[in-house]
Amino acid sequence: MRTIRFLLQKEFRQIFRNRAILMLILVMPVIQLTILPLAADYEIKNINLSVVDHDHSPYSRQLISKITASGYFKLQGYHTSPNAAYRLIEQDRADLILEIPPGFERNLVRDGEQSLFVAINAINGMKAGLGGAYLADIISDYNHDIRVALSHPPRFSAAPFIEVVPKNRFNPMLNYRFFMVPGILAILLTMVGGFLSALNIVKEKEVGTIEQINVTPIKKHHFILGKLIPFWILGNIVFTLGLLVSWVIYGIFPAGNIAAMYGFVCVYLLAVLGFGLLISTYTDTQQQAMFIMFFFMMVFILMGGLFTSIESMPGWARAISALNPVSYLVEVMRMVVLKGSGWAAILPHLGAIFGFAVILNSWAIWNYRKTA
Amino acid sequence: MTSLEPVIKTEKLTKRFGDFIATNEITFEVYKGEIFGFLGANGAGKTTAMRMLCGLSRPTSGKATVAGFDVYRQTEQIKRHIGYMSQKFSLYEDLTVLENIRFFGGIYGLNNQQLRVKSDGLIERLGLQSEAKKLVGDLPLGWKQKLAFSVSILHEPDIVFLDEPTGGVDPVTRRQFWAMIYEAASRGITLFVTTHYMDEAEYCHRISIMVDGRIEALGTPAGLKTKLKEPSMDGVFYQLARGAKRGDS
Amino acid sequence: MNQFAIFIKKEFFHVLRDRRTLLILVGMPIAQILIFGFALTNEVKNARIVVVDHAKDNASRSIINRIAASNYFEIQADVMDRDGMETAFRAGDIKLALVFPPSFEDNLAHQNHAQLQVIADASDPNSATTLTNYVSSIIRDYQTELNEQAALPYQIAPQIRMLYNPLLKGAPNFVPGVMALVLMLVSVMMTAISIVREKETGTMEVLLVSPFKPAWVILSKAVPYLLLSLINVLSIVLMSVFVLQVPVKGSWLLLFAESTLFIITCLTLGIFISIKTKTQQVAMLVSLMGMLLPTVMFSGFMFPIANMPVFLQWISNIVPAKWFYIIVKSIMIKGVGIEGIWKETVILCGITLLLFIVSLKSFKIRLQ
Repeated sequence: MRTIRFLLQKEFRQIFRNRAILMLILVMPVIQLTILPLAADYEIKNINLSVVDHDHSPYSRQLISKITASGYFKLQGYHTSPNAAYRLIEQDRADLILEIPPGFERNLVRDGEQSLFVAINAINGMKAGLGGAYLADIISDYNHDIRVALSHPPRFSAAPFIEVVPKNRFNPMLNYRFFMVPGILAILLTMVGGFLSALNIVKEKEVGTIEQINVTPIKKHHFILGKLIPFWILGNIVFTLGLLVSWVIYGIFPAGNIAAMYGFVCVYLLAVLGFGLLISTYTDTQQQAMFIMFFFMMVFILMGGLFTSIESMPGWARAISALNPVSYLVEVMRMVVLKGSGWAAILPHLGAIFGFAVILNSWAIWNYRKTA
Repeated sequence: MTSLEPVIKTEKLTKRFGDFIATNEITFEVYKGEIFGFLGANGAGKTTAMRMLCGLSRPTSGKATVAGFDVYRQTEQIKRHIGYMSQKFSLYEDLTVLENIRFFGGIYGLNNQQLRVKSDGLIERLGLQSEAKKLVGDLPLGWKQKLAFSVSILHEPDIVFLDEPTGGVDPVTRRQFWAMIYEAASRGITLFVTTHYMDEAEYCHRISIMVDGRIEALGTPAGLKTKLKEPSMDGVFYQLARGAKRGDS
Repeated sequence: MNQFAIFIKKEFFHVLRDRRTLLILVGMPIAQILIFGFALTNEVKNARIVVVDHAKDNASRSIINRIAASNYFEIQADVMDRDGMETAFRAGDIKLALVFPPSFEDNLAHQNHAQLQVIADASDPNSATTLTNYVSSIIRDYQTELNEQAALPYQIAPQIRMLYNPLLKGAPNFVPGVMALVLMLVSVMMTAISIVREKETGTMEVLLVSPFKPAWVILSKAVPYLLLSLINVLSIVLMSVFVLQVPVKGSWLLLFAESTLFIITCLTLGIFISIKTKTQQVAMLVSLMGMLLPTVMFSGFMFPIANMPVFLQWISNIVPAKWFYIIVKSIMIKGVGIEGIWKETVILCGITLLLFIVSLKSFKIRLQ
């Protein structure tokens, strides 16, 4: 026990003496958490619309103003030929082309039907799909208006209309910040914990001080605990700072059980730190440790359910997600912060993360050799 | 002075790395209280041998005991009875002199009072009073080495292993260092020193010379000089190492 | 010049000897592009939903069948009371609930108007919006069929053509994005760390006091990594074409030329970081922690830049990955030539030049 006290003293002294690292650990997450959520917004708006109007009739103009009035689309400009418009799509200055055929108004009134031609840049499939859907909705609405205007009331039975009444639970204003802030905090926490612990033991290996440690009668698990605890404390500090930032800057205050959230984070940190330590027992240089950690971090972060949903992934990817600690943390954060969940709801997640923590740390201790 | 009680015993101790045999069936004994010089050119296998004796590296074959404990199965007990100063400086450069002393002392189980007494004593002996609160990284090399040595014997171990302790140090500091080594030996500590400075061999009670992983000579400096009819240890070494494949010749 | 060649050779030896790191540097981008190319998608599929049908009439059953048939949804249950629903939402078991009121078809037939309640878990606003929209489009299709049966006059039929990615797959968006992200991070890390490493171990000083110009010393470090990164580009593009089925519609040569430019930009950034930092740890934390999330967020492949507040849009302009993402998309997915991307190319050149000048200046200051 005393040994651990000495180890902790040493680690803390080293951490606090290293101004640059301390700044990075504490200040960088705060800055990122403050700025990044502002960038996160999947909402479909600002779709740049290029119009090729061969008709120039009141009908075509009405259609265009209806489309731009919706708020989803921004009128980029009018063009005389589709080719000019296509070039704009190539240059990313337009997302969508609406081509209104010549004689649109006249033919619609005379023949009772007309087509409109739409081309959408579908590289972002989701955006294209939704954009197309919105456009179709607006056109259909416009169609209805035309019908009403042209037909005398009893000549047709109005189209049956099914109204979709959306109700948004937990986040009625569909505020993306509520969604992103806890998620980004989760990612930042993971990075701090993972990178720091991965570098730590390897650094001692590279510098040579680890030999001096290995030659003492110090116990393996004491040594590893001595490495875990300081960063565990730092992690909790970063998390608390993050919560403060969420509250002060974004006005997000957890709706659920804060103790449950901290409880989960405490265990989560153990798992992430354990993972970092494990990597550092397998590598000889900080460079290697860093690249390996980078690889795992990328996978954890991009597949953690924050940017894209996990259910949409193919089966094998979902299986990987079961092993991805970040996905658990992101979910727990959302559940507690937005849905007001408590201990009961996060119990399964807690169990899984606890399992990770035990396995990873035991593995790290087992793999650490005082004798080569 | 020295008694004939072996504190280190090796029998055909060998370490292989793949096809490369770093240490080839070395057999020798080191007695309590003596200063044993483990000489050889760079790359001859000295550090490998030392690391096996310290419990840092597992031998491939052969037998060895240190302070009565087996190097295969009882490494943790060995570590309780030894001190070590590695070739690469391995105190914490970002901790102060005092903090390093207290840390390693604490790890070896010294209680608070012992720590206080010993660290004060050590700092006084080394004349580091004005440097005690300075970061070790800011000290000049000679002082670092002396500090590392002192830390390695802080817990009064039975045996201390010193790997090239005077590498890169000026002659005055080297003399001071050996004075410290003698002082430790007079307290009953056995010192196992590797070096490639042949003149330091004269300071040891007994020496062995490793060439290409094997021990080619074992005995007192005077004895070896007589046997090989050489006036100096340099000459002794040159004779033995002339045909060496590994080393800096 | 000969001296330069000597230095480059030495650096190559360094890189080639560290087998483990080499393996990671070459294998990692391949693994990443495969994983992300297949796994990442903006679509929402297999969403667990609950449908509560109080009407149980033809209309509701017809709609429910269509919903069940689509791959967007996985109907978990068809009976649930309010409390049950609330618990399920809280636990994250369901993302959406559809509730048909008791007289659904009746209302539709006699009043031409019926309501369908769609309750979504908006803690994930993206999924909520998308799923609600999916429901809406299924409803719309159903309505269109009803309309056709009613033979309404004055039909306007939009014909929608999806360009570049007719199947609306995720890969055409994510492959260029991940490519930009991975190349940027790896290139920056490689140079930042290797140069700082020499600083830390002291071997840098030796080089600096040699008669060779220090600028050459540093540049020579970047050269092997340039080659490595180009190998990475090749492997990523090959994976993308043959495994992910995302072909290169445009010129391969142009793609590689632009990639070379981008890599040089990133290597220069790495050099800049290495000049400004003293230890490997700090260099790593800056290039990893400092750059990972911002690059993901500001490169434009995750979130549309046009949606961001203006000052963030400016910030995104200095993220080289943003420009490269546009370039790769244009060449690979749209098949555009240099005329279409000259603006982005010039910007990348400008960023590189800027970084180079600043690095040189900082370096000279260090030396004094």
